[in-house]
Amino acid sequence: MVGIVIVSHSRKVAEGVRDLALQMAGEHKAIIACGGMEDGSIGTDTVLIMEAIKEANDGDGVCVLCDLGSAILSTQTAMDLLDDPIKVVIADAPILEGAISCAINASFGAPLSDVVQAAEKARGMSKF
Amino acid sequence: MSTRLYQCIEAIGNKIIENKDFLTDLDREIGDADHGVNMARGFSEVLTALPQDETDIGAALKKVGMTLLSKVGGASGPLYGTAYMKAAGPAAGKTEIDLTVACEMLKEAIAGIQMRGKAVKGEKTMLDALIPAYETMVSCIESGDDAKTTLEKMCETASMGVEYTKTIQATKGRASYLGERSIGHQDPGATSSLITLEAIRDFL
Repeated sequence: MVGIVIVSHSRKVAEGVRDLALQMAGEHKAIIACGGMEDGSIGTDTVLIMEAIKEANDGDGVCVLCDLGSAILSTQTAMDLLDDPIKVVIADAPILEGAISCAINASFGAPLSDVVQAAEKARGMSKF
Repeated sequence: MSTRLYQCIEAIGNKIIENKDFLTDLDREIGDADHGVNMARGFSEVLTALPQDETDIGAALKKVGMTLLSKVGGASGPLYGTAYMKAAGPAAGKTEIDLTVACEMLKEAIAGIQMRGKAVKGEKTMLDALIPAYETMVSCIESGDDAKTTLEKMCETASMGVEYTKTIQATKGRASYLGERSIGHQDPGATSSLITLEAIRDFL
């Protein structure tokens, strides 16, 4: 199953997005929240993100949802630092809506490319 | 007794920490008011994490880079972290470096920042201080200047680069939301890059 990592500057945001995605996706357990710094303050930590990616991966790859700014730079840096050959893609999608469609598709056993595509579709989703 | 290598990194760290409020104030004008706090937190951790008896310049810079990646928190974490880790490359296994190697290290660091930030000169970033400094370094080496003179001249052009950031609009990071309103303010990242070079100049 494709793993999912939620990267936010805020620990609460990452955990909240993960909780919602878990609620929607049922059995999918490999959704890792990676928010804030080690001490709980606002920010992103490349090393924590790298560990979250490793934890989320069961061999089918990992889709990462980011909030903005340094979350993306830090995730890209984490991807460069990975010594294991893990397939990782950052979805160009809104963090919450993206995470939900990502999680639902991953829970069906969809491959990484489909999971990423589903997340990115959330970008154009109309609310009404 | 700490090595000269540790003392040099300590000099950079201390100068960044001394300028914490200044950098944060600059960032308050156009960013999210965290540059000084973030950089100071990163370098405080560096000074603790780096062994005081370290002599391998490449290993030390890698450690500095990894620590900044983890402890800075904002965009300057991956940017400076990548810069230090790339600079480690030409210094791997070396316990001393000359200007030519140092120049290669700066070139790698700049390439790392450009790769990570997808920025070019003239976008109100740290590159506006570092690229002119690099160009000055190349010409100083060609004309046979010593290290002290080279660093002095590099700081002069980097400082002009920082002044230049006041005249241009930001297109990267949070400051880019401000559009034309970012004009008139000097870039915090370019400023911390200048501070780093000044710390090395004063250390030599």
